[in-house]
Amino acid sequence: MTIDWGWFPDHRSTLVTLTLDHLSTAVPAVLFGLLIALPLAVIAHRVRPLRGLLLGLSNILFTIPSIAIFVLLLPVTGLTRSTAITGLTIYTLVVLLRNTVEGLDSVPTKVREASTAMGARPLRTLLTVELPLAFPVIMAGVRVATVMAISLVSVASYIGYGGLGQLFTDGFQRNYPTPVVAGVVLSLLLALVADAVLVTIQWLCTPWLRRRA
Amino acid sequence: MLELLQNLLRWLTSGAQWSGPDGIATRLLEHLQYSVLATLVAAAIALPVGLLIGHTGRGAFLAINLSGFGRALPTVGLVTLVFLASGLSMWPVYVSLVALAVPVIVTNTYAGMAAVDPEVRDAARGQGMRWYQVLFQVELPLALPLIMTGLRLACVQVVATATIAAYVSFGGLGRYVFDGLAQRDLVQVLGGAVLVAVLAIALDLALAGVQRLLFRNRPPRAHAH
Repeated sequence: MTIDWGWFPDHRSTLVTLTLDHLSTAVPAVLFGLLIALPLAVIAHRVRPLRGLLLGLSNILFTIPSIAIFVLLLPVTGLTRSTAITGLTIYTLVVLLRNTVEGLDSVPTKVREASTAMGARPLRTLLTVELPLAFPVIMAGVRVATVMAISLVSVASYIGYGGLGQLFTDGFQRNYPTPVVAGVVLSLLLALVADAVLVTIQWLCTPWLRRRA
Repeated sequence: MLELLQNLLRWLTSGAQWSGPDGIATRLLEHLQYSVLATLVAAAIALPVGLLIGHTGRGAFLAINLSGFGRALPTVGLVTLVFLASGLSMWPVYVSLVALAVPVIVTNTYAGMAAVDPEVRDAARGQGMRWYQVLFQVELPLALPLIMTGLRLACVQVVATATIAAYVSFGGLGRYVFDGLAQRDLVQVLGGAVLVAVLAIALDLALAGVQRLLFRNRPPRAHAH
Protein backbone atom coordinates (compact mmCIF):
# COMPACT_ATOMS: atom_id res chain seq x y z
CA MET A 1 0.00 0.00 0.00
CA THR A 2 1.63 3.24 -1.10
CA ILE A 3 0.70 6.70 0.00
CA ASP A 4 0.72 9.47 -2.56
CA TRP A 5 2.20 12.41 -0.63
CA GLY A 6 1.57 14.82 -3.48
CA TRP A 7 -2.16 14.36 -2.94
CA PHE A 8 -2.11 16.29 0.37
CA PRO A 9 -1.05 19.79 -0.80
CA ASP A 10 -3.41 19.50 -3.81
CA HIS A 11 -6.38 18.82 -1.56
CA ARG A 12 -5.67 21.21 1.29
CA SER A 13 -8.89 23.20 0.92
CA THR A 14 -10.99 20.01 0.61
CA LEU A 15 -9.45 18.70 3.84
CA VAL A 16 -10.20 21.95 5.67
CA THR A 17 -13.81 21.96 4.42
CA LEU A 18 -14.36 18.33 5.38
CA THR A 19 -12.81 18.86 8.82
CA LEU A 20 -15.14 21.80 9.46
CA ASP A 21 -18.08 19.72 8.16
CA HIS A 22 -17.03 16.97 10.53
CA LEU A 23 -17.02 19.33 13.50
CA SER A 24 -20.32 20.98 12.59
CA THR A 25 -21.97 17.54 12.80
CA ALA A 26 -20.24 16.24 15.94
CA VAL A 27 -20.37 19.36 18.14
CA PRO A 28 -24.13 20.06 17.84
CA ALA A 29 -24.78 16.34 18.44
CA VAL A 30 -22.97 16.45 21.79
CA LEU A 31 -24.66 19.74 22.75
CA PHE A 32 -28.14 18.39 21.94
CA GLY A 33 -27.26 15.16 23.72
CA LEU A 34 -26.33 17.12 26.82
CA LEU A 35 -29.46 19.24 26.59
CA ILE A 36 -31.63 16.09 26.57
CA ALA A 37 -29.51 14.04 28.98
CA LEU A 38 -29.41 16.58 31.83
CA PRO A 39 -33.16 16.75 32.56
CA LEU A 40 -33.56 13.01 31.94
CA ALA A 41 -30.70 12.28 34.35
CA VAL A 42 -32.26 14.47 37.03
CA ILE A 43 -35.53 12.53 36.60
CA ALA A 44 -33.69 9.18 36.66
CA HIS A 45 -31.81 10.28 39.76
CA ARG A 46 -34.85 11.46 41.71
CA VAL A 47 -37.58 9.09 40.55
CA ARG A 48 -36.32 5.61 41.30
CA PRO A 49 -38.91 3.64 39.29
CA LEU A 50 -38.02 5.56 36.11
CA ARG A 51 -34.30 5.08 36.58
CA GLY A 52 -34.03 1.51 35.30
CA LEU A 53 -36.44 2.25 32.46
CA LEU A 54 -34.51 5.30 31.18
CA LEU A 55 -31.07 3.67 31.47
CA GLY A 56 -32.35 0.43 29.94
CA LEU A 57 -33.95 2.24 26.99
CA SER A 58 -30.78 4.21 26.29
CA ASN A 59 -28.73 0.99 26.41
CA ILE A 60 -31.01 -0.59 23.82
CA LEU A 61 -30.53 2.44 21.52
CA PHE A 62 -26.78 1.87 21.85
CA THR A 63 -27.07 -1.65 20.37
CA ILE A 64 -28.60 -0.48 17.08
CA PRO A 65 -25.91 -0.17 14.39
CA SER A 66 -25.18 3.50 13.69
CA ILE A 67 -25.65 3.12 9.95
CA ALA A 68 -29.14 1.73 10.58
CA ILE A 69 -30.00 4.69 12.84
CA PHE A 70 -29.06 7.14 10.09
CA VAL A 71 -31.07 5.26 7.48
CA LEU A 72 -34.09 4.91 9.76
CA LEU A 73 -34.09 8.65 10.39
CA LEU A 74 -34.19 9.40 6.66
CA PRO A 75 -38.00 9.25 6.32
CA VAL A 76 -38.36 11.62 9.29
CA THR A 77 -35.60 14.17 8.73
CA GLY A 78 -34.83 13.69 5.03
CA LEU A 79 -31.40 13.72 3.43
CA THR A 80 -30.00 16.62 5.46
CA ARG A 81 -27.34 17.28 8.03
CA SER A 82 -29.97 17.07 10.75
CA THR A 83 -30.24 13.32 10.06
CA ALA A 84 -26.56 12.89 10.90
CA ILE A 85 -26.81 15.15 13.95
CA THR A 86 -29.94 13.40 15.27
CA GLY A 87 -28.37 9.95 14.85
CA LEU A 88 -25.24 10.99 16.71
CA THR A 89 -27.30 12.71 19.41
CA ILE A 90 -28.98 9.36 20.12
CA TYR A 91 -25.55 7.75 20.57
CA THR A 92 -24.08 10.47 22.79
CA LEU A 93 -27.25 10.33 24.91
CA VAL A 94 -26.36 6.85 26.19
CA VAL A 95 -22.98 7.89 27.59
CA LEU A 96 -24.13 11.31 28.80
CA LEU A 97 -27.20 9.96 30.59
CA ARG A 98 -25.28 7.20 32.39
CA ASN A 99 -22.48 9.52 33.50
CA THR A 100 -24.79 12.32 34.62
CA VAL A 101 -26.84 9.90 36.73
CA GLU A 102 -23.61 8.47 38.20
CA GLY A 103 -22.37 12.01 38.86
CA LEU A 104 -25.55 13.00 40.69
CA ASP A 105 -25.43 9.72 42.64
CA SER A 106 -21.88 10.52 43.76
CA VAL A 107 -23.00 13.66 45.64
CA PRO A 108 -23.11 12.71 49.35
CA THR A 109 -26.61 12.72 50.88
CA LYS A 110 -25.38 14.86 53.77
CA VAL A 111 -24.28 17.63 51.42
CA ARG A 112 -27.71 17.63 49.82
CA GLU A 113 -29.41 17.64 53.23
CA ALA A 114 -27.20 20.51 54.40
CA SER A 115 -28.28 22.56 51.40
CA THR A 116 -31.95 21.80 52.11
CA ALA A 117 -31.45 22.65 55.79
CA MET A 118 -30.08 26.04 54.78
CA GLY A 119 -33.39 26.69 53.08
CA ALA A 120 -32.51 25.96 49.46
CA ARG A 121 -35.31 24.69 47.22
CA PRO A 122 -34.68 21.49 45.22
CA LEU A 123 -33.95 23.44 42.00
CA ARG A 124 -31.45 25.67 43.77
CA THR A 125 -29.78 22.67 45.44
CA LEU A 126 -29.53 21.06 42.02
CA LEU A 127 -28.01 24.08 40.28
CA THR A 128 -25.67 25.36 42.99
CA VAL A 129 -24.70 22.18 44.88
CA GLU A 130 -25.40 18.93 43.04
CA LEU A 131 -24.41 19.87 39.49
CA PRO A 132 -21.10 21.56 40.43
CA LEU A 133 -20.13 18.56 42.57
CA ALA A 134 -21.15 16.12 39.86
CA PHE A 135 -19.35 18.21 37.21
CA PRO A 136 -16.15 16.10 36.97
CA VAL A 137 -18.11 12.85 36.41
CA ILE A 138 -20.43 14.59 33.91
CA MET A 139 -17.40 16.00 32.08
CA ALA A 140 -15.89 12.52 31.88
CA GLY A 141 -19.07 11.54 30.02
CA VAL A 142 -18.90 14.61 27.78
CA ARG A 143 -15.31 13.70 26.84
CA VAL A 144 -16.25 10.11 25.96
CA ALA A 145 -19.34 11.27 24.05
CA THR A 146 -17.37 13.89 22.08
CA VAL A 147 -14.59 11.49 21.07
CA MET A 148 -17.18 8.86 20.15
CA ALA A 149 -19.27 11.34 18.14
CA ILE A 150 -16.22 12.52 16.18
CA SER A 151 -15.27 8.96 15.26
CA LEU A 152 -18.89 8.09 14.35
CA VAL A 153 -19.49 11.07 12.03
CA SER A 154 -17.76 9.08 9.27
CA VAL A 155 -20.59 6.54 9.32
CA ALA A 156 -22.92 9.27 8.08
CA SER A 157 -20.94 9.36 4.82
CA TYR A 158 -23.40 6.73 3.54
CA ILE A 159 -26.05 9.42 3.57
CA GLY A 160 -23.63 12.09 2.31
CA TYR A 161 -22.94 13.98 5.55
CA GLY A 162 -19.95 12.12 6.88
CA GLY A 163 -17.42 14.96 6.97
CA LEU A 164 -14.00 13.32 6.74
CA GLY A 165 -15.84 10.02 6.16
CA GLN A 166 -16.38 11.13 2.55
CA LEU A 167 -12.67 10.43 2.11
CA PHE A 168 -13.25 6.76 3.06
CA THR A 169 -16.00 6.30 0.48
CA ASP A 170 -13.88 8.12 -2.10
CA GLY A 171 -10.81 5.95 -1.47
CA PHE A 172 -12.89 2.78 -1.33
CA GLN A 173 -14.60 3.43 -4.66
CA ARG A 174 -11.38 4.37 -6.47
CA ASN A 175 -9.27 1.70 -4.73
CA TYR A 176 -6.96 4.52 -3.63
CA PRO A 177 -5.67 4.43 -0.02
CA THR A 178 -4.28 7.98 0.32
CA PRO A 179 -7.56 9.81 1.11
CA VAL A 180 -8.51 7.00 3.52
CA VAL A 181 -5.27 7.44 5.46
CA ALA A 182 -5.83 11.22 5.48
CA GLY A 183 -9.36 10.76 6.77
CA VAL A 184 -8.38 8.33 9.55
CA VAL A 185 -5.48 10.51 10.73
CA LEU A 186 -7.44 13.77 10.64
CA SER A 187 -10.43 12.21 12.42
CA LEU A 188 -8.11 10.86 15.14
CA LEU A 189 -6.36 14.23 15.51
CA LEU A 190 -9.68 16.05 15.71
CA ALA A 191 -10.86 13.73 18.49
CA LEU A 192 -7.64 14.15 20.46
CA VAL A 193 -7.67 17.97 20.11
CA ALA A 194 -11.36 18.14 21.14
CA ASP A 195 -10.57 15.98 24.17
CA ALA A 196 -7.68 18.26 25.15
CA VAL A 197 -9.97 21.30 24.85
CA LEU A 198 -12.54 19.64 27.13
CA VAL A 199 -9.86 18.77 29.71
CA THR A 200 -8.80 22.42 29.72
CA ILE A 201 -12.40 23.59 30.14
CA GLN A 202 -12.85 21.18 33.03
CA TRP A 203 -9.63 22.43 34.66
CA LEU A 204 -10.76 26.04 34.31
CA CYS A 205 -14.23 25.32 35.68
CA THR A 206 -13.19 23.43 38.83
CA PRO A 207 -10.81 25.73 40.74
CA TRP A 208 -11.79 24.06 44.04
CA LEU A 209 -10.34 20.74 42.88
CA ARG A 210 -7.05 22.41 41.92
CA ARG A 211 -6.58 24.05 45.30
CA ARG A 212 -7.10 20.77 47.11
CA ALA A 213 -4.53 19.01 44.95
CA MET B 1 -45.94 4.19 10.63
CA LEU B 2 -48.37 1.44 11.63
CA GLU B 3 -48.12 -0.04 8.15
CA LEU B 4 -44.34 -0.04 8.39
CA LEU B 5 -44.49 -1.93 11.69
CA GLN B 6 -46.93 -4.45 10.22
CA ASN B 7 -44.61 -5.00 7.25
CA LEU B 8 -41.69 -5.35 9.61
CA LEU B 9 -43.53 -7.95 11.67
CA ARG B 10 -44.43 -9.83 8.49
CA TRP B 11 -40.79 -9.70 7.35
CA LEU B 12 -39.51 -10.95 10.69
CA THR B 13 -42.01 -13.78 11.02
CA SER B 14 -42.30 -15.14 7.48
CA GLY B 15 -40.83 -18.64 7.14
CA ALA B 16 -39.35 -17.88 3.71
CA GLN B 17 -37.33 -15.02 5.17
CA TRP B 18 -35.74 -17.33 7.75
CA SER B 19 -34.56 -20.13 5.44
CA GLY B 20 -32.04 -20.39 2.63
CA PRO B 21 -28.54 -18.95 2.17
CA ASP B 22 -29.86 -15.36 2.43
CA GLY B 23 -32.24 -16.26 5.23
CA ILE B 24 -32.25 -14.73 8.67
CA ALA B 25 -31.02 -17.97 10.28
CA THR B 26 -27.87 -18.01 8.12
CA ARG B 27 -27.22 -14.28 8.54
CA LEU B 28 -27.74 -14.51 12.29
CA LEU B 29 -25.22 -17.35 12.57
CA GLU B 30 -22.70 -15.44 10.42
CA HIS B 31 -23.14 -12.35 12.57
CA LEU B 32 -22.77 -14.41 15.73
CA GLN B 33 -19.62 -16.04 14.33
CA TYR B 34 -17.95 -12.70 13.48
CA SER B 35 -18.91 -11.18 16.82
CA VAL B 36 -17.97 -14.10 19.08
CA LEU B 37 -14.67 -14.79 17.31
CA ALA B 38 -13.68 -11.09 17.35
CA THR B 39 -14.60 -10.74 21.04
CA LEU B 40 -12.66 -13.91 21.95
CA VAL B 41 -9.55 -12.81 20.04
CA ALA B 42 -9.80 -9.34 21.60
CA ALA B 43 -10.17 -10.89 25.07
CA ALA B 44 -7.17 -13.18 24.46
CA ILE B 45 -5.07 -10.10 23.64
CA ALA B 46 -6.54 -7.60 26.09
CA LEU B 47 -6.97 -9.65 29.28
CA PRO B 48 -3.26 -10.53 29.75
CA VAL B 49 -2.25 -6.94 28.93
CA GLY B 50 -4.79 -5.47 31.35
CA LEU B 51 -3.87 -7.94 34.12
CA LEU B 52 -0.15 -7.29 33.65
CA ILE B 53 -0.56 -3.50 33.73
CA GLY B 54 -2.83 -3.77 36.77
CA HIS B 55 -0.53 -6.18 38.62
CA THR B 56 2.73 -4.35 38.00
CA GLY B 57 1.26 -0.85 38.04
CA ARG B 58 3.44 -0.12 35.01
CA GLY B 59 1.94 1.29 31.83
CA ALA B 60 -1.15 2.68 33.57
CA PHE B 61 -0.79 5.75 31.36
CA LEU B 62 -1.01 3.47 28.32
CA ALA B 63 -4.07 1.65 29.64
CA ILE B 64 -5.95 4.86 30.32
CA ASN B 65 -5.11 6.53 27.02
CA LEU B 66 -5.64 3.40 24.95
CA SER B 67 -9.37 3.60 25.58
CA GLY B 68 -9.55 7.17 24.31
CA PHE B 69 -7.55 6.23 21.25
CA GLY B 70 -9.75 3.20 20.57
CA ARG B 71 -12.89 5.29 20.77
CA ALA B 72 -11.40 7.94 18.50
CA LEU B 73 -10.48 5.47 15.75
CA PRO B 74 -13.10 5.67 12.97
CA THR B 75 -14.09 2.04 12.34
CA VAL B 76 -15.32 2.66 8.79
CA GLY B 77 -11.96 4.23 7.92
CA LEU B 78 -10.07 1.33 9.46
CA VAL B 79 -12.14 -1.27 7.64
CA THR B 80 -11.62 0.56 4.33
CA LEU B 81 -7.90 0.89 4.92
CA VAL B 82 -7.38 -2.79 5.78
CA PHE B 83 -9.59 -3.72 2.83
CA LEU B 84 -7.44 -1.72 0.41
CA ALA B 85 -4.29 -3.24 1.94
CA SER B 86 -5.40 -6.88 2.10
CA GLY B 87 -7.92 -7.25 -0.72
CA LEU B 88 -11.10 -9.28 -0.47
CA SER B 89 -10.78 -11.29 2.74
CA MET B 90 -12.20 -11.40 6.25
CA TRP B 91 -9.16 -9.50 7.58
CA PRO B 92 -10.73 -6.00 7.44
CA VAL B 93 -13.71 -7.20 9.45
CA TYR B 94 -11.77 -8.97 12.17
CA VAL B 95 -9.00 -6.37 12.45
CA SER B 96 -11.55 -3.57 12.90
CA LEU B 97 -13.71 -5.45 15.39
CA VAL B 98 -10.72 -6.56 17.47
CA ALA B 99 -9.31 -3.01 17.39
CA LEU B 100 -12.68 -1.80 18.67
CA ALA B 101 -12.90 -4.32 21.51
CA VAL B 102 -9.31 -4.47 22.82
CA PRO B 103 -9.18 -0.96 24.38
CA VAL B 104 -12.52 -1.46 26.15
CA ILE B 105 -11.39 -4.75 27.72
CA VAL B 106 -7.88 -3.51 28.63
CA THR B 107 -9.22 -0.37 30.32
CA ASN B 108 -11.87 -2.19 32.34
CA THR B 109 -9.47 -4.98 33.35
CA TYR B 110 -6.95 -2.38 34.47
CA ALA B 111 -9.65 -0.42 36.33
CA GLY B 112 -10.73 -3.62 38.09
CA MET B 113 -7.16 -4.42 39.12
CA ALA B 114 -6.51 -0.83 40.23
CA ALA B 115 -9.62 -0.94 42.44
CA VAL B 116 -8.25 -3.85 44.49
CA ASP B 117 -7.45 -2.62 48.01
CA PRO B 118 -3.63 -2.37 48.32
CA GLU B 119 -3.86 -3.72 51.88
CA VAL B 120 -5.44 -6.93 50.62
CA ARG B 121 -2.57 -7.29 48.16
CA ASP B 122 0.00 -6.64 50.89
CA ALA B 123 -1.70 -9.15 53.19
CA ALA B 124 -1.51 -11.81 50.48
CA ARG B 125 2.20 -11.07 49.93
CA GLY B 126 2.77 -11.08 53.68
CA GLN B 127 1.33 -14.57 53.89
CA GLY B 128 4.07 -15.68 51.53
CA MET B 129 2.08 -15.88 48.30
CA ARG B 130 4.10 -15.78 45.10
CA TRP B 131 3.28 -13.09 42.51
CA TYR B 132 1.22 -15.44 40.37
CA GLN B 133 -0.72 -16.63 43.42
CA VAL B 134 -1.46 -13.02 44.36
CA LEU B 135 -2.54 -12.34 40.77
CA PHE B 136 -4.77 -15.36 40.21
CA GLN B 137 -6.07 -16.08 43.71
CA VAL B 138 -6.50 -12.56 45.08
CA GLU B 139 -6.46 -9.79 42.47
CA LEU B 140 -8.25 -11.56 39.62
CA PRO B 141 -11.29 -12.69 41.65
CA LEU B 142 -11.67 -9.20 43.13
CA ALA B 143 -11.31 -7.51 39.73
CA LEU B 144 -13.65 -9.93 37.93
CA PRO B 145 -16.88 -7.89 38.16
CA LEU B 146 -15.28 -4.93 36.35
CA ILE B 147 -13.54 -7.24 33.90
CA MET B 148 -16.93 -8.78 33.07
CA THR B 149 -18.39 -5.29 32.60
CA GLY B 150 -15.63 -4.61 30.06
CA LEU B 151 -16.33 -7.86 28.22
CA ARG B 152 -20.06 -7.09 28.06
CA LEU B 153 -19.48 -3.56 26.80
CA ALA B 154 -17.01 -4.80 24.18
CA CYS B 155 -19.40 -7.56 23.09
CA VAL B 156 -22.33 -5.16 22.57
CA GLN B 157 -20.16 -2.76 20.57
CA VAL B 158 -18.74 -5.59 18.44
CA VAL B 159 -22.20 -6.99 17.63
CA ALA B 160 -23.47 -3.54 16.62
CA THR B 161 -20.37 -2.85 14.53
CA ALA B 162 -20.14 -6.31 12.87
CA THR B 163 -22.65 -4.79 10.45
CA ILE B 164 -19.62 -3.46 8.53
CA ALA B 165 -18.86 -7.01 7.29
CA ALA B 166 -21.54 -6.39 4.67
CA TYR B 167 -19.78 -3.16 3.62
CA VAL B 168 -16.80 -5.22 2.41
CA SER B 169 -19.16 -7.74 0.77
CA PHE B 170 -19.42 -10.38 3.48
CA GLY B 171 -22.49 -11.65 5.31
CA GLY B 172 -24.01 -11.13 8.70
CA LEU B 173 -27.06 -9.09 9.58
CA GLY B 174 -25.47 -6.00 8.04
CA ARG B 175 -26.45 -7.51 4.66
CA TYR B 176 -30.08 -6.52 5.31
CA VAL B 177 -29.06 -3.00 6.31
CA PHE B 178 -26.81 -2.39 3.29
CA ASP B 179 -28.99 -4.26 0.75
CA GLY B 180 -32.08 -2.51 2.08
CA LEU B 181 -30.26 0.80 1.76
CA ALA B 182 -29.31 0.06 -1.85
CA GLN B 183 -32.83 -1.15 -2.73
CA ARG B 184 -34.55 1.67 -0.78
CA ASP B 185 -36.31 -1.07 1.19
CA LEU B 186 -36.87 0.43 4.63
CA VAL B 187 -38.51 -2.71 6.04
CA GLN B 188 -35.37 -4.72 5.33
CA VAL B 189 -33.10 -2.06 6.95
CA LEU B 190 -35.36 -1.93 9.98
CA GLY B 191 -35.47 -5.74 10.17
CA GLY B 192 -31.66 -5.95 10.10
CA ALA B 193 -31.32 -3.28 12.78
CA VAL B 194 -33.88 -4.96 15.04
CA LEU B 195 -32.12 -8.33 14.69
CA VAL B 196 -28.72 -6.78 15.50
CA ALA B 197 -30.17 -5.09 18.57
CA VAL B 198 -31.86 -8.31 19.72
CA LEU B 199 -28.64 -10.30 19.24
CA ALA B 200 -26.60 -7.71 21.17
CA ILE B 201 -29.08 -7.64 24.04
CA ALA B 202 -29.29 -11.45 24.12
CA LEU B 203 -25.49 -11.81 24.31
CA ASP B 204 -25.29 -9.08 26.96
CA LEU B 205 -27.95 -10.84 29.06
CA ALA B 206 -26.14 -14.18 28.62
CA LEU B 207 -22.89 -12.64 29.88
CA ALA B 208 -24.79 -10.97 32.72
CA GLY B 209 -26.14 -14.41 33.62
CA VAL B 210 -22.62 -15.87 33.68
CA GLN B 211 -21.52 -12.94 35.83
CA ARG B 212 -24.39 -13.49 38.26
CA LEU B 213 -23.53 -17.19 38.58
CA LEU B 214 -19.91 -16.32 39.30
CA PHE B 215 -20.59 -13.65 41.93
CA ARG B 216 -23.74 -14.52 43.73
CA ASN B 217 -22.66 -12.85 46.98
CA ARG B 218 -21.13 -9.64 45.74
CA PRO B 219 -22.73 -6.27 45.32
CA PRO B 220 -22.66 -4.94 41.76
CA ARG B 221 -20.11 -2.29 40.95
CA ALA B 222 -20.23 0.78 38.77
CA HIS B 223 -18.97 1.04 35.19
CA ALA B 224 -15.50 2.17 34.26
CA HIS B 225 -14.90 3.84 30.94
